[in-house]
Amino acid sequence: MTGLGSSLALNSALKATSERAPKANASWKPTPARLWWRPWDRDLASPAGRDFTDIMQRNTYRAGPDERGHFGIHGGRFVAETLMPLVLDVERAYAAAQADPAFDRELQYYLTHYVGRPSPLYFAERLTKALGGARIYLKREELNHTGAHKINNCMGQILLARRMGKRRIIAETGAGQHGVATATVCALFDLPCTVYMGEVDIERQKPNVFRMRLLGAEVKPVTSGSRTLKDAMNEALRDWVTNVDSTYYLIGTVAGPHPYPMMVRNFQAVIGEEVRTQLQAAEGRLPDSLVACIGGGSNAMGLFYPFLDDPSVAMVGVEAAGLGLDTGQHAASLAGGAPGVLHGNRTYLLQDGDGQILEGHSISAGLDYPGVGPEHAWLHDVGRVRYESATDAEALEAFKLCARTEGILPALEPAHALAHVIKAAPTLPTDHVLVMSLSGRGDKDIFTVASALGVEM
Amino acid sequence: MSARPASGRIGRRFAALGAEGRAALVTFVTAGDPDAGTSLALLRGLPAAGADLIEIGMPFTDPMADGPAIQAASLRALAGGATLATTLALVRAFRDGDDATPVILMGYYNPIYRFGVDHFLVEAAAAGVDGLIVVDLPPEEDDELCLPALAAGLNFIRLATPTTDDARLPAVLRHTSGFVYYVSIAGITGTAAASDHAISTAVDRLRRHTDLPIAVGFGITTPEQAAAVARVADAAVVGSAIVSRLAAALNDRGQPEPGLVDHVLALVSRLATGVRTARR
Repeated sequence: MTGLGSSLALNSALKATSERAPKANASWKPTPARLWWRPWDRDLASPAGRDFTDIMQRNTYRAGPDERGHFGIHGGRFVAETLMPLVLDVERAYAAAQADPAFDRELQYYLTHYVGRPSPLYFAERLTKALGGARIYLKREELNHTGAHKINNCMGQILLARRMGKRRIIAETGAGQHGVATATVCALFDLPCTVYMGEVDIERQKPNVFRMRLLGAEVKPVTSGSRTLKDAMNEALRDWVTNVDSTYYLIGTVAGPHPYPMMVRNFQAVIGEEVRTQLQAAEGRLPDSLVACIGGGSNAMGLFYPFLDDPSVAMVGVEAAGLGLDTGQHAASLAGGAPGVLHGNRTYLLQDGDGQILEGHSISAGLDYPGVGPEHAWLHDVGRVRYESATDAEALEAFKLCARTEGILPALEPAHALAHVIKAAPTLPTDHVLVMSLSGRGDKDIFTVASALGVEM
Repeated sequence: MSARPASGRIGRRFAALGAEGRAALVTFVTAGDPDAGTSLALLRGLPAAGADLIEIGMPFTDPMADGPAIQAASLRALAGGATLATTLALVRAFRDGDDATPVILMGYYNPIYRFGVDHFLVEAAAAGVDGLIVVDLPPEEDDELCLPALAAGLNFIRLATPTTDDARLPAVLRHTSGFVYYVSIAGITGTAAASDHAISTAVDRLRRHTDLPIAVGFGITTPEQAAAVARVADAAVVGSAIVSRLAAALNDRGQPEPGLVDHVLALVSRLATGVRTARR
């Protein structure tokens, strides 16, 4: 027992910063493993019934998913039969890679010498002074090669695809950051790359579209549905189902069928692992709170995961509230959605009463997705992470503040995390150490920001 | 299981066609496409036009396994106000005049999950649904809907595909009932077509694993292709071609032109002739 149940004063301090009280942090209990057990599992997995003693005694938030990819009721493998053997192949190949020290050595080599890791953990002194509360550290993922955290995952998956002998890579992208990172590793390893991107996103992320093409990728506009990230994912799945032998689907976030949510989380966990080491050097202790934006949630999962079993560390994921949660024009699937099944997993989805998927809205193309990674859905259910939201307008203000106080143009995605920090930091004591994931840089967003500010470029 | 495959409308229909020595034509239409009235008129005309079993698509915003034709049909139906509840109402209305033709609902899991699995199974059985095909529920997720459906007396028809190898087939077939639906290509609906030889080889392989009737679909668009499938399999499934024919009979505003139903049924008749004359 590590005393997970002793809930924390700092959590309460963070909580007090919002009118929307978190539902479960106060009654947070150390029994998450139990939530993976479902009475009917026994019927399928083994006629004699399974022994759950091990999983029930693990007493950790880091043991998920179960062997069938479930985080509580979330996750799973909801894909067409054509894809199921491929998904199982990825699972086997990833397990073998995890067990092979040579895979990790290769990954570490490229992360160090190509991506430029570790990324700095930077004490944002002027931002801290401006907000007048918590000591704010920024995890500078925007300084990675290609300008976002996305490359951490792409590097891991491309090495896996090579091990599997795959000859072609496909990906979906929203803001274009994952598309650029995928196109980059495909150029590096000389693999043909097709990126699906919604027409609407192509329009608002032109610089990234051009970057992908410069890197040799084919960018295929998606004209179906809402023509954004969800539809790009549909088209990527349709491509995969059609090109089963040659193609590896490089999913960009902690979503999709098992093992993707787990695998992408593990590749992104380097963010939190570095923060732990770097903050130990800088402050000699653990952070008090972690803040990250949530679209699918890969940068947040990467930051949070290594700290899930440290009960003194509070965590806040920030969803996109778009024009406001009460307007229906948002992308906050945890705040405004309900559990459902899409793109291979069960999770919270924006949907109507008939189970039809609704279109998200956010100024940030990277957050504009009607779902969220299944592990976040579970962490929301059990209350280990608190999920807040920030509107388009709040993110824009945060974007401007970051530019002027720290000389950093953040991407509009982490600008949502910063918008929450702006609200929370002033209410926190000056010895509170807050780490925010600055998951990407804002160069790609200058046209969107200009348009929102009424500036002609 | 309360329902054995040989019983029920599906079992009876395949038994009767087996006695006739011919394969079945399975036709797919999307519920409520482009509106409830047209959809019902079309359904009511299908058996006389030669459809032996009817698949009804449950509209969904994100049909990941479907090509452009059926995607568009789904969106037309949703724009016309279709929901899972109106789909069930459509089946009830069809059943008022036809108690023999098997009806299979085909679609994706989320609308059913949102409706409530138990509630859905009760309503579907009461409406006269005979079987379910739910694309995004592989055997790994059998406890979600497959096992409850079998317990409720509905058939759960599984898709087998070119990627389903011999090692995996038993798991795919284990809880399958009614018939097996062989997806003849690795791909989405209504795009490429498999060769006759590939289909024949695949059907032979499936027969080594199951006694259930074998239907073949994806990519069958012409009476000749339907006939070729009918020579080796127990049923030929046609979807996108029928849905495309319907789409071609809509005006600029997406409304049905007069004669749309007859236009679509004429295609079904030609497909049926292909299937019925295949083995002569």
